[in-house]
Amino acid sequence: MAIDMAQFHQVFFEESFEGLEAMESGLLNLDMGDVDVEEINTIFRAAHSIKGGSGTFGFTAVSDFTHVMETLLDEMRDGRRKVTQPAVNVLLGAVDCLREMLTAIQNEQDIDTQSVAEHKRHLDQELRGEVSNSAQVSQVATAKPKTAPATLKSVAPGWRITFCPHLDMLKTGNDPVRIFRELANLGALETTVDQKGLPDFYDLDPEECYLSWGLNVAGDIAQSSIEEIFDWVEENCDLSLQSFSDLAQRDLAHQPGVVVSDDADPTHHQQDLSHPEPIEESSDAAKVKTVAKEESKVANKGSSSIRVETSKIDTLINMVGELVITQSMLSLVGEHFEIGKLDHLKSGLAQLERHTRELQESVMNIRMLPISFVFSRFPRLTHDLSAKLGKKIELKLVGEHTEVDKTVVELISDPLVHLVRNSLDHGIEMPNERLAMGKPETGTIILEAYHRGGNIVIEVRDDGKGLDKAKLRAKAIEKGLIDKDTPLTDKQTFELIFMPGFSTAEKLTDISGRGVGMDVVRRNIQSLGGNIEIISELGKGSTIAIHLPLTLAILDGQSIAVGDETFIVPLVSIIESINVTDAMTNKVAGKGETFRLRGDYLPIIRMHEIFDVKTAKAQKLTEGLVVVVEGQGIRCGLFVDDLLGQQQVVIKSLEANYRRVEGVSGATILGDGSVALILDIPGLVRLSNQKHAGRD
Amino acid sequence: MVSETADTKKIEQFLTFQLDDEAYGVEILKVQEIRGWEPVRVIPNTPHYIKGALNLRGAIVPIVDLRERFGMQAKEYTPVTVVIVLCVENASGSHVIGLVADAVSDVLDIRSGDIKKSPDLGSKIDTRYMRGMYVYKQGMIMLLDADRLLNPAEFEGISRLVE
Repeated sequence: MAIDMAQFHQVFFEESFEGLEAMESGLLNLDMGDVDVEEINTIFRAAHSIKGGSGTFGFTAVSDFTHVMETLLDEMRDGRRKVTQPAVNVLLGAVDCLREMLTAIQNEQDIDTQSVAEHKRHLDQELRGEVSNSAQVSQVATAKPKTAPATLKSVAPGWRITFCPHLDMLKTGNDPVRIFRELANLGALETTVDQKGLPDFYDLDPEECYLSWGLNVAGDIAQSSIEEIFDWVEENCDLSLQSFSDLAQRDLAHQPGVVVSDDADPTHHQQDLSHPEPIEESSDAAKVKTVAKEESKVANKGSSSIRVETSKIDTLINMVGELVITQSMLSLVGEHFEIGKLDHLKSGLAQLERHTRELQESVMNIRMLPISFVFSRFPRLTHDLSAKLGKKIELKLVGEHTEVDKTVVELISDPLVHLVRNSLDHGIEMPNERLAMGKPETGTIILEAYHRGGNIVIEVRDDGKGLDKAKLRAKAIEKGLIDKDTPLTDKQTFELIFMPGFSTAEKLTDISGRGVGMDVVRRNIQSLGGNIEIISELGKGSTIAIHLPLTLAILDGQSIAVGDETFIVPLVSIIESINVTDAMTNKVAGKGETFRLRGDYLPIIRMHEIFDVKTAKAQKLTEGLVVVVEGQGIRCGLFVDDLLGQQQVVIKSLEANYRRVEGVSGATILGDGSVALILDIPGLVRLSNQKHAGRD
Repeated sequence: MVSETADTKKIEQFLTFQLDDEAYGVEILKVQEIRGWEPVRVIPNTPHYIKGALNLRGAIVPIVDLRERFGMQAKEYTPVTVVIVLCVENASGSHVIGLVADAVSDVLDIRSGDIKKSPDLGSKIDTRYMRGMYVYKQGMIMLLDADRLLNPAEFEGISRLVE
């Protein structure tokens, strides 16, 4: 029977990546002082299913690796091991490593065995470090017998296993005899049976297991190989595993009732201290690789999928049902149509319209994902970087449930990472600097998402040192980006950081500040049809706000006519439409036309000139209409022939088959099947400025 | 662009079409459909040979006038003017683009080995967009490399292929 397993791979990868995310956030949420067992359980379950899945698909490297993690987690879960920060760091590193392995497999690349081995070594160290410290020591002892501690010399290697099956273990098809047989293969086996649980003969259910065992296996055996034997039954029994040397050590303590504290162990302590440094480094290196590989993944694997709540699908099915009913009703009316049925037809059409709109909305809804998909990676980033930079930083996430279009979710994460890194690296000061400035020692970064109008706003706020206007200006002059005496508003000064090749960081770090980036960030956001703005106060902090259109697929539009051409202006950007009189308009320096609107002077963009429409009817400003629009904080008037009507338009990409056209954000199809272009107001303003500049 | 390594006996089909009295060919596998000319929506600020955009069952498809692209005399569109809709591939993915031609003529089976390398026509003529030439009934058919010719990133002025 040949089943093509490859068809399930995609599902496995998705689930595994989800599992990894769950593990990561779980690990970061762990509170060292008061460990939530449920949290560890969640992490354990995620690791367990990755192990199971990878085993099924034959990714042995992954399952072997996960097995080690799982062992460590299992001990934490049972309370046999204390949850310590170094251990969590090791696990976080392992999560990264696992992600890298899975990405490599997904892209059919080779796994970086060196990094895997490195992480595995850390895990093993952590494992041995606590539970079987002495096992490690005894290994050392076999290698260098002379230096081995005298107290432990006499203890033979081996394990004491206490195996208490649950009553229903036999029902799962597991037979203890088989387990014992396998144990006997590992080394000399000594068994003792505990019959205490055995009920009276008449109450005995032959399908239940009442016995428990104490097993001594002698020999130099790895803990993992014993655990492997019990792998199948670990859910159905209480199992404890102790090495002889551990027991011996406990005996040495000679303090019945007093448990030897882990912290008293000097070897363990040393390990703790020596751990964090190399792990931070390797995990960071791993991350760089992951990023690089993710990029290649985007190029390789075009297909992507989306997880949708069942309730959303149910709504959709419901609505399609309604639509079918309406359709059959209408066809009934149409079949034997007479004028008396006109009202019937009209109401049917109205119903059809309503249903179509509802259907459209719920289909759009499917593409909406909570922004937490993007935000969830930042606690980890903050955790890693703040440790690396020696800063104390608290990250607050606000409005994680704000829903945004899937495309936005995919494309916003890289720019956001950049912004948060900037805040971490350049924004927040070192703890002593903060204290000196009278600020709390711990810096705060707030990542917030909310809806405003037809936009979604994502803000990165920090209470760090803020942008220094004078420094920005000096830097721009030094780099030749502006002239010495160019007057700049505050806003324009802040905008300087978006110029290519601009960086104010005095020393470049590997985290941020290479001078590339902010311009790329802005370009990415503009390609999504959004814009970015900065508000900053020196010494108080900065806020970077990203405004993005709520959905990229549909909008309310106003059709306008310019000659024979029809254009769509997004309704959200229209403020009002007015007839101008000669008295309201005037020319600036003979070129730029402006008009006065309640005390403000706004530039006029003549649509027929900028788009070279020869058929335009209105040539004089008084003959047509001026539509006052706003985009990216710039207000201006569009001079058009006429307004046609309002309608919802489905945005079609012009870039899919062609390329970006300045001043146009996309195209749509009108009711008569013809194409209309959707105007991009900020782009129009840029275009108009270019044209005017070209004329000088 | 004659493939030297591939089997020269491989037969490829080309759709040939007319621009004035010149014959051109494109690989038929790239052709999606052939439709009559219908008015299009002008895209502002684009090269003159981009006639505009057409609604092709919900997709916005740019229409290129090949005569104007090659710098030939523009001709009024008639009822026989056709739009050849091609699906081209390039670095940025696949694009659907329409091509205005005077008329389509034929579908020819051409052996790869019979495609002559386009001659060096001097620096004035750009042969980058040609796959080669094919001699047919005393005439010559210019086989176009649609992928290169219709790359949206390259929609800038190119010189006429043949003078």
